[in-house]
Amino acid sequence: MKAYLTRRYWFSASHRLHCEEMSDAENRDVYGKCNNPHGHGHNYAVEVTIAGQVDPRTGMICNLVDLDGFVDRNILERFGHENLNTLPDFKGVVPTTENLCVRIYDILEQDFRHAKVEKVRIEETMLNSFEYAGGRKTHP
Amino acid sequence: MVFLTRKAEFSASHYYHNPEFTPEENQRIFGKCNNPNGHGHNYTLEVTVKGQVDPRSGFVVDLKELKDIMNREVIDALDHRFLNKEVPEFSEAIPTTENLAISIWQRLEPKLNIAELHRVRVYETPDLFVDYYGEA
Repeated sequence: MKAYLTRRYWFSASHRLHCEEMSDAENRDVYGKCNNPHGHGHNYAVEVTIAGQVDPRTGMICNLVDLDGFVDRNILERFGHENLNTLPDFKGVVPTTENLCVRIYDILEQDFRHAKVEKVRIEETMLNSFEYAGGRKTHP
Repeated sequence: MVFLTRKAEFSASHYYHNPEFTPEENQRIFGKCNNPNGHGHNYTLEVTVKGQVDPRSGFVVDLKELKDIMNREVIDALDHRFLNKEVPEFSEAIPTTENLAISIWQRLEPKLNIAELHRVRVYETPDLFVDYYGEA
């Protein structure tokens, strides 16, 4: 039987929204406060949803230890307490939470071998959230 | 089509153990959850039903009836129980959050004659939940 498991993680990071192809005035107009050259930070909540058949021997889609370990090593350590603009992940890419969501999905999709990634959802603040499922339609 | 979700809470204890595994395998796979004395959680259940809005009542479903069915079929059976020892399906199946979501679907679906079941979501903690949509 196919089920969907979602695990919620946290990390804190800073960023500045600035597009090199726009003039300074355009950047200020598009990004407002988020264009502050000194950057600003968020506590990001990341929800990772995996999907798959429940293994009748373990009752699990995949072992949570494997998912937690992967996310710790490849996502939380990579992005936590960093300035996102300085990371290779965002070279030439504006570190909006849309782009962060796609990047985290791609990391999981590419290297997590224990289950299929269904969706990544990120809360940038309690008022903003973003979801990416590799462009697929997901369950409502 | 409108989706309606009703929440409920229950508290229960469980442990993870497969008698076909060696003690070492059980320990390696299930870790702390393998403690035979069990441990507990405050679970939150979300049941989502779907349907057309009845033009006379304005309801997809009568919430009181939905609540009564959830209480009778799920909460009364699981709340303040040791799942492995007191809930029949978990004498064999391991009471993981995945299996709990499937079991709750199987308990509700045949009794829910008032609306179409769409999703069962079970939170084991605020940071971990499982969705089941009745898929094979």
